Amino acid sequence: MRVNRKSLLAAGAVAIVTTLGLAGCAGGSGDSGDGSGDSSAASTLTVWVDTERVDALKGAAEAYTEKTGVKVDLVGKDNADIKDDFIQQVPTGKGPDIAMGAHDWLGELSTNGVVAPIELGDSAADYLKVAIDASTYEGTTYMLPYAVENIAVLRNADLIPEPAANFDDMIAKGKAAGLAQPFVVEQGAEGNPYHLYPFQTAFGAPVFGTNDQGYDPTDLQIGNAGGEQFAQWLSGQGKNGTGVFNTDIDGDIAKTAFLDGTAAFWLTGPWNVGAAVDAGINVAIDPVPSPTADPASPFAGVKGFFISAESKNKVAANDFLVNYLGTEDVQLELFKAGNVLPALSAAAETASADPIIAGFAAVGDQAVPMPAIPAMGAVWQYWGIAQAEIINGADPVATWQKLTADVQAAISK
Amino acid sequence: MTSAIDDEVRTDGAPPKKPTKRQRQAAAIAEAASGSMKVLLLKIVLLGIVDAVALYALFVLVGAEQWIVAGVVLVVAAIVNWIYFSKRKLPAKYLTPGIIFLVVFQVFVLLYTGYVAFTNYGTGHNGTKEQAVSSLMASSLQRVEDSPTYPVTVVDRGGELGLLVTDPDSGDAFVGTSDEPLTEVEASFDGDRAVATDGWTSLQFADVLNRTDEITELAVPYSDDPNDGALRTPDGSSAYRYISTLEYDETAGTMTNLETGVVYSDTGVGAFTSENGDQLLPGWQIVVGFDNFVRAVTDPRLANPLVYVTLWTFAFALISVASTFFLGLFLAIVFNDMRMRGRKIYRVLMILPYAVPSFLSALIWAGMMNESFGFINQVLFGGASIPWLTDPWLAKLSILIVNLWLGFPYMFLVCMGALQSIPDELQEAATVDGARPWAIFRLIKLPLLFVTVAPLLIASFAFNFNNFNVIYMLTDGGPRDSNAPIPVGFTDILITMVYKVAFTGQLRDYGLASAYSIIIFVIVAVISIIAFRRTKSLEELN
Repeated sequence: MRVNRKSLLAAGAVAIVTTLGLAGCAGGSGDSGDGSGDSSAASTLTVWVDTERVDALKGAAEAYTEKTGVKVDLVGKDNADIKDDFIQQVPTGKGPDIAMGAHDWLGELSTNGVVAPIELGDSAADYLKVAIDASTYEGTTYMLPYAVENIAVLRNADLIPEPAANFDDMIAKGKAAGLAQPFVVEQGAEGNPYHLYPFQTAFGAPVFGTNDQGYDPTDLQIGNAGGEQFAQWLSGQGKNGTGVFNTDIDGDIAKTAFLDGTAAFWLTGPWNVGAAVDAGINVAIDPVPSPTADPASPFAGVKGFFISAESKNKVAANDFLVNYLGTEDVQLELFKAGNVLPALSAAAETASADPIIAGFAAVGDQAVPMPAIPAMGAVWQYWGIAQAEIINGADPVATWQKLTADVQAAISK
Repeated sequence: MTSAIDDEVRTDGAPPKKPTKRQRQAAAIAEAASGSMKVLLLKIVLLGIVDAVALYALFVLVGAEQWIVAGVVLVVAAIVNWIYFSKRKLPAKYLTPGIIFLVVFQVFVLLYTGYVAFTNYGTGHNGTKEQAVSSLMASSLQRVEDSPTYPVTVVDRGGELGLLVTDPDSGDAFVGTSDEPLTEVEASFDGDRAVATDGWTSLQFADVLNRTDEITELAVPYSDDPNDGALRTPDGSSAYRYISTLEYDETAGTMTNLETGVVYSDTGVGAFTSENGDQLLPGWQIVVGFDNFVRAVTDPRLANPLVYVTLWTFAFALISVASTFFLGLFLAIVFNDMRMRGRKIYRVLMILPYAVPSFLSALIWAGMMNESFGFINQVLFGGASIPWLTDPWLAKLSILIVNLWLGFPYMFLVCMGALQSIPDELQEAATVDGARPWAIFRLIKLPLLFVTVAPLLIASFAFNFNNFNVIYMLTDGGPRDSNAPIPVGFTDILITMVYKVAFTGQLRDYGLASAYSIIIFVIVAVISIIAFRRTKSLEELN
């Protein structure tokens, strides 16, 4: 037995040496593979894409590979993770070459130095103006836009056949149709300023003024006289007033109310149209009814692609984005998958053959890009809370003044 | 293998008596433990795989010049081989995998958190100084106003790259390199674009991609006048004229804004800073020492919320442990009573809250507690509008109620087991001595129960101290304290506050968040140590 074991050990030793040798070979060949990978790495673009849009890009990626020989590796990621992972991984040199995202990430990405500028050249004129404005941060373009998103009012055309002329008309039309809560909009315990912004702009109170570089963080407009009027109006429509706005209505409750037909007007974005159509509701898209004589402009959110500041393939990445994803065919391809208005004017026109897209596009003409400057973080932090307090009965003017003071203090900190 | 044992038994000159069944079983176990051929082979294969992986990792790491990590991999692989090939070291054989995973997933994470707590890692201080410089330089390029798009072909002359540029207005061809401004040349055209010229090789698209780094760096001066800018091509086919608004002086380590003349220098705060304190972002990561800790407790913006969040965290953890324990204990006593009928069904029902994932339950509770539409107000209170989650005190109460619902089944199970392990004779003896049930419970059962349960209560306290799920899913820390300068709410506990500082909003501060988590760790550790010391005195009861 002892002899046996020794011979076994010897056999084992031989086996180990062979395994190690093989492993060494494997490692070696792996390494040489890696080496050749380095030279071919120039022709592989890693693109982080929202999981839901991987399929939309697949065709475009394959066509691009066929055309240029550059392999495009699409990595589907949860949209909520892309920004943070991008910021954390780019400095280590491990992130993607290109990431899909929203324009309001720009301030953060640029402050962290993880995005490279993109030159759209003369083709910039071919995009919707709001898309280009949104892609530009401090005078430099960082994003190739592909879709423009904004909220609008979804109307149940079976209940209310005619669009409302203004806010009061909307409520009156709904009451006449026998609805207790004709209009719903997503709020929540911490408010939802994004969805209330159209009404605020109708009172002439944007968040920031603008200069030639875009939004100007030193010019805080939110606390002007219009802002206080808006606060008073909001208070009147809140808990102690008409009850049109209610912080207990969150996204799900608003959706259920509209789908059940207990609300005829729903202020929301294109992402909810599918559910309404699927529920068999005859949906019409209206502009946001204004509570004043001025139009109610919502925020526009622009989606697009960023190039990593540490990308080793900047030339291919620029070529893929500017000269390929910026073409009408590809933008239409992306539109078909996402059903959001394309950022390229020509594609947007084609897409507007769909009445729902046309409806959102018409509202989008009034839209202003959501500020991407980091100072906006300070605004979000207090904005919703103040609005929720006003809706729930706090003194409107005092609360609004406190909001302005808080934001001002946080920005100038 | 049994035959081998028999052989061995005979050669060793053992008595020819047949081994008993027990002896044979023991021999089989000993044989299996000492390693049969199959086991040895398996061992070799497994170690081979481990070594192969380690070797591959080494090649990759050396290729990437990660010397420290490569050294660690080498040492660990050597130790693993040594342990598993040696004949002794039995304990090490069992412990090694666990220890390796412990180091990778726990110790490393702890040390890294500790390190981050001493840096300024966060928004704007995300990478190295080199990355900050290159990013600043890239974003400071501004296209010369009203300059056209130039169709270009990237050309090569003996390894030196140049741009063959077509003037879109005149249609003439120019060539230039990083050192030589554009000069007019004769060229052959493809449409409007000059594609080749004598003395230069035109690069195909694939060659362009292979030399991405050089092309990204390539800036061809438009003329001798630097104010005319330089041509750069982002995609290898069109070029634009840029001028830079920032100039980096490497020897002095300063950035100069060419428009305003302001000089930004590295003042040791992790960003180029001008004399009046303006910073150019992105900056870079630096070690800031105890700054984050000092800031967490002295900055009034952070210190005030820290105080009341800490108080509420203690209250939340203590009340949660106490309430769940006493409810669990009460139910355990009730269902431990033989006179209770249908105990099994009740027990199954009791476990139900425990079986549903806690974050899901918390979300459902959040829905039920909605002021206008929730089940509780609509059905149980007949349409009353009780602000369960929006009033500061009611929200705290709601959190405690939900956590009681989530936590009592665990305590119920624990107490049930502990009660059943207390011998009935004690109760009988006490009854014979004439003790009343309450006295029996208070003087005999409860102390004995505490011996078993006390360590679990401490663990439960530590768990609730960091019970992120319930807070995040039920109220998200709300209602928000609109007076606090950071987005903190009345029901935030320390861990959710850390989460908000580190991972929400546009201004992240990972350094500060890591400092907070170290503070939390210290608090939990101190309390646990003190509490465990005290439970030792309980154990002396036995």
